[in-house]
Amino acid sequence: MNPKEYKYTQEHEWICPEPGDKGKMGLTEYAQSQLGDIVYLDLPAPGTQVEQFKKLGEVESVKAVSDIFAPVSGQVLEVNQTATDAPNLVNEDPYGAGWLVRLELSQPSELDALMNSDEYDKFVAELEEKPE
Amino acid sequence: MHHYLLPDISQPGKIGCSLPHLDVTPTELPPQELLRQELELPEVSEAELVRYFTALSKLNYGVDTGFYPLGSCTMKYSPKWHEDIAKLPGFTSIHPYQPVESVQGALQLMFELQDYLTEITGMDAASLAPMAGAQGELASILMVKAYHQARGDEKRKRILVPDSAHGTNPATAAMCGFEISAVPSDGDGNLDLTSLESMMNEEVAALTLTLPTTLGLFDPQIAEISRLIHQRGGLLCGDGANLNSLLGRVKFGDMGFDCVQLNLHKTFSTPHGGGGPGSGPVCVESNLADFLPSPLVTKDKGYTFTTPAKSIGNLGAAYGNFGVMVKAYAYIRSLGVEGLKEVSENAVINANYLKEKLKAYYHLPYDRTCMHEVVFSGKRQKAKGVHTLDIAKRLLDFGFHPPTVYFPLVVDEAIMIEPTETESKQTLDAFIDAMKQIAKEADENPDILHTAPHNTPVRRLDEVTAARKPDLRWEMSRR
Amino acid sequence: MSSPYLPNTDADRSAMLQEIGVGSADELFQDIPEKFRKVQLKLPPPLSELELKEELRQLSSRNASLDDYACFLGAGYYRHFIPSVIGHITGRSEFYTAYTPYQAEASQGTLQTIYEYQSLVCQLTGMEVSNAGMYDGSTAAAEAALMACRVTNRDKVAVLSTVNPSYSEVVDTYVNGHNILLEMVEPNLDSLSSDCACLIVQQPNFLGYFEDMGAYAEKAHDIGALLVVAVDPISLGMFAPPADYGADIVVAEGQALGSPTSFGGPGLGIFTCRKEYARQMPGRIVGKTVDVDGKPGYVLTLATREQHIRRERATSNICTNEALVALATTVYLATLGKSGLRRVAELCYHKAHYAADAIGKLKGYSLVFPQPFFKEFVVRCPVAPHQLNKALLKERIIGGLDLSHMIDNGMLLCVTEVNTRQDIDRLVVILSKF
Repeated sequence: MNPKEYKYTQEHEWICPEPGDKGKMGLTEYAQSQLGDIVYLDLPAPGTQVEQFKKLGEVESVKAVSDIFAPVSGQVLEVNQTATDAPNLVNEDPYGAGWLVRLELSQPSELDALMNSDEYDKFVAELEEKPE
Repeated sequence: MHHYLLPDISQPGKIGCSLPHLDVTPTELPPQELLRQELELPEVSEAELVRYFTALSKLNYGVDTGFYPLGSCTMKYSPKWHEDIAKLPGFTSIHPYQPVESVQGALQLMFELQDYLTEITGMDAASLAPMAGAQGELASILMVKAYHQARGDEKRKRILVPDSAHGTNPATAAMCGFEISAVPSDGDGNLDLTSLESMMNEEVAALTLTLPTTLGLFDPQIAEISRLIHQRGGLLCGDGANLNSLLGRVKFGDMGFDCVQLNLHKTFSTPHGGGGPGSGPVCVESNLADFLPSPLVTKDKGYTFTTPAKSIGNLGAAYGNFGVMVKAYAYIRSLGVEGLKEVSENAVINANYLKEKLKAYYHLPYDRTCMHEVVFSGKRQKAKGVHTLDIAKRLLDFGFHPPTVYFPLVVDEAIMIEPTETESKQTLDAFIDAMKQIAKEADENPDILHTAPHNTPVRRLDEVTAARKPDLRWEMSRR
Repeated sequence: MSSPYLPNTDADRSAMLQEIGVGSADELFQDIPEKFRKVQLKLPPPLSELELKEELRQLSSRNASLDDYACFLGAGYYRHFIPSVIGHITGRSEFYTAYTPYQAEASQGTLQTIYEYQSLVCQLTGMEVSNAGMYDGSTAAAEAALMACRVTNRDKVAVLSTVNPSYSEVVDTYVNGHNILLEMVEPNLDSLSSDCACLIVQQPNFLGYFEDMGAYAEKAHDIGALLVVAVDPISLGMFAPPADYGADIVVAEGQALGSPTSFGGPGLGIFTCRKEYARQMPGRIVGKTVDVDGKPGYVLTLATREQHIRRERATSNICTNEALVALATTVYLATLGKSGLRRVAELCYHKAHYAADAIGKLKGYSLVFPQPFFKEFVVRCPVAPHQLNKALLKERIIGGLDLSHMIDNGMLLCVTEVNTRQDIDRLVVILSKF
């Protein structure tokens, strides 16, 4: 269910590596279902430096705000204007049209610290089993 | 009528009131560039306006309409004669800056109210300046900051706040430049003392504590909490939102609080107004008295305003919400000591009665005596796919305003019910019946809950689009 | 003792205690350590409604009410005509006994009136969006300063020296909390630091006259700062709205729009700004939407800015605001309407100029500022203003604000549409005696 070629964080972000030490990132299916209808995205401007696992932006639903964390360190190259204009895209197509930010990776080896799709599938399955 | 907005019922040339003619010779107008070219406001006649606003009022639910058990808000009945008194011209038509000798009646009222509030809270001094509870909290935290600075202690950078705290507590601490750490609650709904002890150190300026807590429970460890905070040089700030359960029985000053803010629009019966005005006086012990927000009313030969020696400053351009103070003053004068005790007694009986009658149907996270409010969890219903939100919306169909929902955050699917003392057993029984019915529907017919409310002027509203594509006003341009 | 506000009888209470499973109400307070339950309180013995009404009536009669005294005092709080219709609307208990409209389906009255309020004040100030109101004009200015710091990511604010000192004091209290620096600057703006988040100005200013706002807007925007303008909302019936001269945030004291002076509270902090800053605004905001049946309806929106969701990262800690006063303002603006508000402003303008003219001609009196003004002006008096005010008080007149700490024997006088020609003539006669 979660794309095989992507890597995943414990905070439910994904990153899809691209050639030239670049990558697109977004929120996972689990994240969007937990958040409910997303109403607003607060994302960093191109040129911003980000650090792995540090806060990069915020995602808002009607009744909650959650932090978005950078899956890797680097520089913001591009922000998905289509998604910021229509945040419902993140709910509808979190792995495709609902991508958030394209990054230039400063330390590509950081990808090794992330989960692959099998590991993430398992991680989410365990979360869903946990009693309330 | 209410389906319109003012621009829809506006027509050029209509007027809503009469105004006098100019009785002096007109003077030259100022330069054109200062003047306004267009003023686009609606034009509606008086009767049409009255019909419009009357129609809107009928869409509303207030305490005068029915039971309004919003936990943490103390929606008690507001006595009518307070409204009449507060409208006396001697109270409404006085200017804050007119000579003090011409407003001795107002100053006397404020002075005596200061006294009553310090007596009720068992503290040494009070300022009536804060215009709402949150502003009273702001005063408290600013005083804490000033207090430590005056001691030359630059290390106190953190405020401790229970994880069950009202959002205004951490928001206020942040507005004062403090870091916030949340202290966990234990399994009984009390503060986890072991955690508190490990979190308390010389970097902590204060603990903000609501007592009874936002779970509606009195934390019996209060003396120990006070000791743990004070022995490391911290201060104990009270959030007095839940004073309704303690009126006439317990004093914050006795329990070790250094300051506490009150809510006149909660405990002291002033009406809520659809979201205000309120009033949030702050009471302090002598160690903080010099830092109180300005002004205080003092009595020498007459009444006058004074500024505390190291005041944190002014919180408003005048003296606080005087119009609200009048009502709270009237309330205290009509109750006396025994009356206050009856308020807390009846408030606590009513809440415990609801607790006993509802716990068979809704999960009670803390099965112990509650104070003036009780917190349930909707988790039993959640297992059947019914959320607290659905329960709240369904209550509207029964003619009840829902309790507070999803607060405090430490309870999953929280339902916080505060009946107050001004509700009769008959009303409570009707509410209990409705809640029982809803619990039954959660079992047998959950869909009716998912689609509730059915009987209100509007049904569930699309809050998602309201947030994604905000429409915050109409526009009238030149016609 | 039975009380009209305690509907339960002894029988009711007994039945409930039995259900709860305790013998007496005292048992319900057992969690409170016993040593704290032994309190003695000293309060006056309770009185009945009849007795208290009389007592409070007497207390109120010890105040010189502006219904009985002619008022020439302004400085932020004003005696204006309040149409009777306002009190009848705000006196409807569906409005005044409701609380914050969290349950939108049961609060459409409150929500729709707030939407109307937000729209009306935007029409007045020319700004694009408004919130549901702050506590008063001064705290609105303070919150504007904090908002400007958030928007620009700076930690310094500038306040013009001609702004109401009460406002600067409150801004100071608020920015101190955040360790933000407050700079007072003179109208020449020589000392304006390039790292200020905002420049706070007032139009007309505290001394009553109009300043060159365009110049302030330009200088503020040149350094990347926001222009925050505090206005007299009645003046906007006649004078250019701040949106026209580059304001980014416009705040005002809403008391003048349909509420009595009330000894300074409750008031209303009008807060409006540019659309692009909407998500940085403090306080509640109402938005229009539809329900599941497609019917139009109103909800609190953009709530993720607020304390109950964002907690320590909220744009403000404000919870309860001044909703009922905002309702009064809404009804006032709807009642006065397009022509009425303009008329009120013109009446104030002409009467104030008539008064200023007459006083300026008196021996020993002079108008201090030559610039255009609206309804307030500063006069230099031949004797100390407090002496004049004592004499005026005896004649059942409330004189102007004593400004002698700023301007030698200076007094700030205010004239509104409520002051009759006879009032003004009488004032002039008494002043002429000094």
